[in-house]
Amino acid sequence: MSEERFILSGIKFGVLPPYEISRMARVTVTRPELYESDGTPVMGGPRDPHFGAIEPGEACPVCGNRRDNCPGHFGKIDLARPVLIPYYSDHVNAVLQATCRSCSRILLPDEQVKRMLRVLRTLKARWPQLASNFIREIRKQAAQNSVCPHCGARQYRIRYIRPVVFYEERPEGEVRLTPIEIRDRLEKVRNEDAELLGLDPEASRPEWMVATVLPVPPLAVRPPITLETGLKSEDDLTHALVEIIRQNERLKHYLATSAPETMVEDSWIALQHMIAAYIDNELPNVFVLQHRGGRPLKTLAQRLKGKEGRLRGNLSGKRVNYSARTVISPDPEISINEVGVPIEIAMILTYPLRVTPENIEEARKYVLNGPYKWPGATYVIKARTRTKIDLRYHRNHKQLAESLEVGDIVERHLLDGDIVLFNRQPSLHRMSILAHRVRVMKGKTFRLNPLVCPPYNADFDGDEMNLHVPRIEEAVAEAEEILLVEKNIKTPRYGGPIIGGRQDYISGAYLMTVKTRLLTEEEVLELLSKAGYKGDLPEPAILHPKPLWTGKQIVSLFLPEDFSYEGRAKINAGPLACDNYDCFNDSYIVIRNGKLLEGVFDKNAIGAEQPNNVLHIIALEYGDAKARELLDTLYRSFIRMLEVRGLTLSLSDVDIPQRARDEIAKLTEEAKKEIAQMIKEFHEGKLEPIPGRTMEESLEIKIINRLQELFRKSQEVAVNYMDPFNDVFIMARTGARGSETNIAQMVAMLGQQVVRGKRIHRGFRKRTLAHFVENDLSPEAKGFVKGNFRYGLRPTEVFFHAAAGREGLVDTAVKTSQSGYMQRRLINALNDLVVLHDGTVRDAYGNLIQIKYGEDGVDPMKTYHGDPIDVDRLIEKYSHVR
Amino acid sequence: MPSRARRRVSKKILEHELVPKHEVLSFEEAVEVLRRLGIPPNRLPAISVNDPIVQLLGAKPGDIIRIIRKSPTAGEAEYYRIVVAF
Ligand SMILES: [Mg+2]
Ligand SMILES: [Zn+2]
Ligand SMILES: [Zn+2]
Ligand SMILES: [Zn+2]
Repeated sequence: MSEERFILSGIKFGVLPPYEISRMARVTVTRPELYESDGTPVMGGPRDPHFGAIEPGEACPVCGNRRDNCPGHFGKIDLARPVLIPYYSDHVNAVLQATCRSCSRILLPDEQVKRMLRVLRTLKARWPQLASNFIREIRKQAAQNSVCPHCGARQYRIRYIRPVVFYEERPEGEVRLTPIEIRDRLEKVRNEDAELLGLDPEASRPEWMVATVLPVPPLAVRPPITLETGLKSEDDLTHALVEIIRQNERLKHYLATSAPETMVEDSWIALQHMIAAYIDNELPNVFVLQHRGGRPLKTLAQRLKGKEGRLRGNLSGKRVNYSARTVISPDPEISINEVGVPIEIAMILTYPLRVTPENIEEARKYVLNGPYKWPGATYVIKARTRTKIDLRYHRNHKQLAESLEVGDIVERHLLDGDIVLFNRQPSLHRMSILAHRVRVMKGKTFRLNPLVCPPYNADFDGDEMNLHVPRIEEAVAEAEEILLVEKNIKTPRYGGPIIGGRQDYISGAYLMTVKTRLLTEEEVLELLSKAGYKGDLPEPAILHPKPLWTGKQIVSLFLPEDFSYEGRAKINAGPLACDNYDCFNDSYIVIRNGKLLEGVFDKNAIGAEQPNNVLHIIALEYGDAKARELLDTLYRSFIRMLEVRGLTLSLSDVDIPQRARDEIAKLTEEAKKEIAQMIKEFHEGKLEPIPGRTMEESLEIKIINRLQELFRKSQEVAVNYMDPFNDVFIMARTGARGSETNIAQMVAMLGQQVVRGKRIHRGFRKRTLAHFVENDLSPEAKGFVKGNFRYGLRPTEVFFHAAAGREGLVDTAVKTSQSGYMQRRLINALNDLVVLHDGTVRDAYGNLIQIKYGEDGVDPMKTYHGDPIDVDRLIEKYSHVR
Repeated sequence: MPSRARRRVSKKILEHELVPKHEVLSFEEAVEVLRRLGIPPNRLPAISVNDPIVQLLGAKPGDIIRIIRKSPTAGEAEYYRIVVAF
């Protein structure tokens, strides 16, 4: 069998010329009816059989093929009068503006034309992007000329109303240019002039953009569907074509019977609009083609446009097989590299196992198990006969297993250890798709180690995720080497760890490493066994009356032996601040040679997205595998620590003594008094204004500042009165969850509520709520909430709080949609930029974008938060070597 | 092909701190740069002859300009752009 093979070197788009449309047409449509009374298609109608076979068993009258092999054939409508085509008419406009109304030459002198043509051709060859700028400039220059340099004719301004209407401003008044006149002008345009105006005359002569004949697409493009009732329902395109044909025939009739000029004119314009709507049914200044029910028809542009259109819906994005989706739930007991897959899903997703002499026995086992018993198989593809056997409908699995040969392919169930891709939308960065190893489990949810939540931005309040099975060796290898979770602990954005502890891990680590933690042998064994620790126990820190170990000793068991680190813990702030190892508060972390000597582990040691913390440095200096080991062992013991100790909160945790509440009430009274004084001064016109502000603005700013000060002071009081081992307080201080502000909101006051940076001021006339008198400027009338969550809010306070809360929700909704669109455009623009081996950044055409990636050629993933080396750390590290 | 009349450009722009240092390469330097990058001249980023700095330097289409920029990552970074007619 010989076949000629060609390599595609390019695609050239042009305008389909009328003679081509006529040549390819197999039928000329003149009748708007679809079917005769006996149900057969009307010859010369939009359902003419010459459009191609679409019914099963039907033979095509053109090519003789049945439905599967008939390619479909075009027809045509000979238009009674020419019409403009929307979108093309933008180019028609450019040509009309730039050419002479009488001789159709470009409105530029000959020498200039010659020179510009030379420049344009060079630009096209070398800088196509610049060529289009140049063309725009040529068009502009030519359009400015009001006298033709060739024939001396005066030019008039042409007004173009999208999509299809042109007016010429003649001395006698504004005259509408008919498509006939326009076409006459375009026909006379010379090829060189057309080229200068940005057209390729070989492929797109300007006059072809004014249609004299309209192609009618094959039936395969607009297939009728048969409803259960036996009635035929036609495609929207067919409906639109019917309207066009009807109007065209009407116009023909008017012309043949010499009807009055206005009737012809109106009918022609109607045809023009229908054809415009047939191309795009959402154009401005054109009526909308509708169904009988009033629904707008989906015409050509509507098939292509938008998210569900052909481009975004069918070409850039497609539905895929070998994928699964379900709810995710947490499982801290599996490795971060794993994903728990429900057995039901593992029996549907398959991997094509190629039978070799080494695995033939294993493959037989799967075939024997069949499609309903895990680990089994769903299909067998026999190499010899090239047939695919569906095990669901195959009786004798035993015989099939025995007949298995090297080279056959067994579609086996998903097994433990298989590599799969796991994804959560929106896929905003590359860590939104990571490779995991399968762990088949019972239950109906995907199981995910909570440490891997940050890269996906996942939580377990009903989030669903997608899973994909790579089916060829190259894809598996790529997933394993590049996308595996442990190889993405560091983010390529700045190198910090994106995988790491949050919430309970932080609280747990703190409780484990806090000075007061002393663990009995039983507790130590419990923690270590959860972490899968295999080594010996260290010497206990306290020997008598019974052996006790510190939490810091447990942590040290997992750190690399030569690892040293110094840094502040998260709790190192306010009264607990220290800036070196001489720290009474235990808030300065010191690790020497793998021993945690001082400081607690909290967000700044083990947290996600904390650059230069303990986890980051270990990942950087001891490798991703070591970091993963830590996450799979030590971190698990943090969770166990929390389970052993317990972490909870009750009303008493968000309560402070009466003394403290009195103190806050006193602060509030003081502030209110001061503000009342400001308001009084304001009314008397004695208030000192802030430079550049009006009196009103100054008052507002002063009040807001004073109330913010009040909140700050109340927060201080509240926090000072809290028990340091109060669980709520622990969570806030260690960075596990919540902040001191949140605590103050619970125990002290919510403070001033703000909408758009101002105190709440809208609602009723001259007041926020009917509870207040008009023009009341006092704090409580404009959104100050002195209540707290522990003792409750007044009705007006609830309202103000809800108003400020609403603003936050609206902001997130607006921001996500805007940044989503920006993200899409950025991704499309940067899509195929590549860093080559010489360190340069190039695009897909080979254009140079950067001479050195990021100007320094550094991979941020391998840096200390952007710095290729951390000099302080190097000094620190080698000064302690002994 | 300068399409617009050349405007008078003030030399003051050279002193502005946001305008990096620009210099026109000699023919030999240009050849060396292209050889090093392994690309034909039209693959370089372009700069218009109408750009004020190009007018000040008096560069012609086809000339290659070296730009030395301050860089937050590398301290100083070199960049090359080819002057184009439009
Ligand atoms: Mg969620
Ligand atoms: Zn056919
Ligand atoms: Zn003329
Ligand atoms: Zn300026």
